[in-house]
Amino acid sequence: MSFLSPLTDSLRGLGRASLFLLTIIATIPGAFLRPRLIVQQLYSVGVLSLIIIVISGSFIGMVLALQGYRTLVNFGAASSLGVLVALSIVRELGPVVTALLFAGRAGSALAAEIGLMKATDQLSGMEMMAVDPIKRVIAPRFIAGLIAMPLLASIFSMMAIGVAGGHAIGVELLGVDDGSYWSQINQAMHGRDIADMLIKATVFGLAISWIAVYQGYHAAPTSEGVSRATTSTVVVSSLAILALDFVLTAFMFH
Amino acid sequence: MTIATADTLVRVRALRFAFGPRTIYDGIDLDIARGKVTAILGPSGTGKTTLLRLIGGQWKPDAGSIEFDGIDVHQQSRNALFALRKRMGLLFQSGALLTDLTVFENVAFPLREHTRLPESMIRDLVFMKLEAVGLRGAANLFPEQISGGMARRVALARAIALEPDMVMYDEPFTGQDPISMGVLIRLIRGLNQALGLTSVIVSHDVVEVLSISDYAYVVSGGKVLDHGTPEAIRASKSPLVQQFLNGEADGPVAFHYKSAKTYADDLMAARA
Ligand SMILES: Nc1ncnc2c1ncn2[C@@H]1O[C@H](COP(=O)(O)OP(=O)(O)O)[C@@H](O)[C@H]1O
Ligand SMILES: [Mg+2]
Repeated sequence: MSFLSPLTDSLRGLGRASLFLLTIIATIPGAFLRPRLIVQQLYSVGVLSLIIIVISGSFIGMVLALQGYRTLVNFGAASSLGVLVALSIVRELGPVVTALLFAGRAGSALAAEIGLMKATDQLSGMEMMAVDPIKRVIAPRFIAGLIAMPLLASIFSMMAIGVAGGHAIGVELLGVDDGSYWSQINQAMHGRDIADMLIKATVFGLAISWIAVYQGYHAAPTSEGVSRATTSTVVVSSLAILALDFVLTAFMFH
Repeated sequence: MTIATADTLVRVRALRFAFGPRTIYDGIDLDIARGKVTAILGPSGTGKTTLLRLIGGQWKPDAGSIEFDGIDVHQQSRNALFALRKRMGLLFQSGALLTDLTVFENVAFPLREHTRLPESMIRDLVFMKLEAVGLRGAANLFPEQISGGMARRVALARAIALEPDMVMYDEPFTGQDPISMGVLIRLIRGLNQALGLTSVIVSHDVVEVLSISDYAYVVSGGKVLDHGTPEAIRASKSPLVQQFLNGEADGPVAFHYKSAKTYADDLMAARA
C-alpha cells in the first residue's frame, strides 16, 4: 500500500489542518472581546503589505493600460480603455495579485513569527501560564489576515485603475479622454463585480491566514523547521489562491 | 518514603512515558515535599524537561499518575488544568520570554491575562516582583537587550507574579557565568523561604544544585537511581550515581555511543 502513502499523508494533513481551523474558529468570539490584539495585528500585517500593494497595483495598472491601448486603438475603441483596465483588475488581477503578494509578504512573516515563538518555547510558556496560545496568539493574527485582504485588494484595485495606474498611462500619456475613461467604467462595472472581488479577496485571505498559522504552529521547533514552514506557506498559499480563483470564477461566471 | 504524605505537594506514581519507540520513563515514583527545594538530577537527554512538562500537564503519561496537591493532573478538564497551572510556575531553560513585549509587560502578562486588577495595582505588583529579582531598572528593556542570566530572572519574576504554590526550574544554571550563577542560587533559595514556595530544580549541575536542595533524586535511563538528602546522595553507593556526581567519562555509562562496527572496521572501510 506504500504507493498510496503520499495520498493518505496529505489527507491526514488536511484533516489536521481542518481540526486546527475549527479550534481557531471556536476561539474567535473570545478574541473579539479583546479588539486591541486584533488591531495590533491588523496594523502589522496591513502596514507590512501596504507599500508593496500600492506599488504593484500602480505598475500593473500601467502595464495593462499600455497593452490594452495597443489592441483597442486598432479597433478605434481606445475610449474603452478604462473598462478594460477596470474589469480585468476588479474581476481577476486585483484579488489574485494582492493575495499572491500578501502570501509572500504577510503570510511568510506570520508563519516565521509563530514558528519562532514555538521554537523558543514562548507558546509552551504561555500554556504553562494557563494562557491558551490559540486564543492569545493565533486567533488575532488569523482574524487580522481575514480582514486585511479585502481592504488591501480594494487599495490595489484603486491604485491600478486610478491616477497612479491605468489612468496615468491612458489619460495623461496616451491621450484617452478623461471623461470617457471614467464614464465607461461607470457604465460597465456593476456592484456585483465589486462584491465578487471582495468575496474572492476574503476567501484568499482565509486560505492564506489559515495556511500561515497552521504552518507556523506545526513547524518543527528548529531553525530548519521554521524556514520550511515559511517556504511552505508561500508555496501552498500560492497554489491554493490560483486553484480557488478558478473555482470561484467558475461559480461567478454567469 | 522518608517524607510524610501530607507534606507532599506533587506525587508521581509508576510513571511511564515514551516518545514513540523510545522509553523515557519506565515506572518512576517521586515525591516533591511542600515548602522544600527538591532537586532532580540526571544526565542530558534523560527526560528531565519532559518530566516538568508531564507535571505541568502538557504531555500525558502512558501509565501511572501525577498528583498535584491531591489532584490528578491528567484527569482534569481543560479549565481545571488551567486553574492548576496558575498554581505552578515553570521556568524554561531559555526563559521563554515573549520577545515582542518589554520586561515590564512580560511580568505583567499573567496578571493582565488572569486578573482584572487596575493598572496602578498591576504596576505596583510588577515592580515588586522585578525588585525581588533585582531588575526593576530593566523594566523598559526588551528581551533581546538583556543577558541570558537576566532573562532567567525576568522569567522568574513572571513565574511568581500569580503567587504560585510551586516553581519548577529547568536547568537554571546552565550557561551562566559564576556571578550570575551565584545570584540565581541565592535568589531561588531566598524566594523559597520568603514566599513559602515549593521549588523543583531540574539540572545536571550537581554541585550547585545539591548545595541548595533539601532533597534530591537522581534519574537516568528511565529509572530513579537514588534519592535522599544531599549528604546521602553524595555518599551514594550506586556506581552510576558516583560516575554522574564526579563527572567521570568511564563507568557504568560509557563515553562511547554504541556502534555496530569496531573502530578499526570504520577506519578500514574508508580505504576499501
Ligand atoms: N517532542 C519530542 N518528540 C520526540 N522526542 C523528544 C521530544 N522532546 C524530547 N525528546 C527526546 O526525549 C529525550 C528527553 O528529552 P528532555 O526531557 O529534553 O531531556 P533533558 O531535559 O533531561 O535533557 C531526549 O532524548 C529528546 O531527544
Ligand atoms: Mg532539558
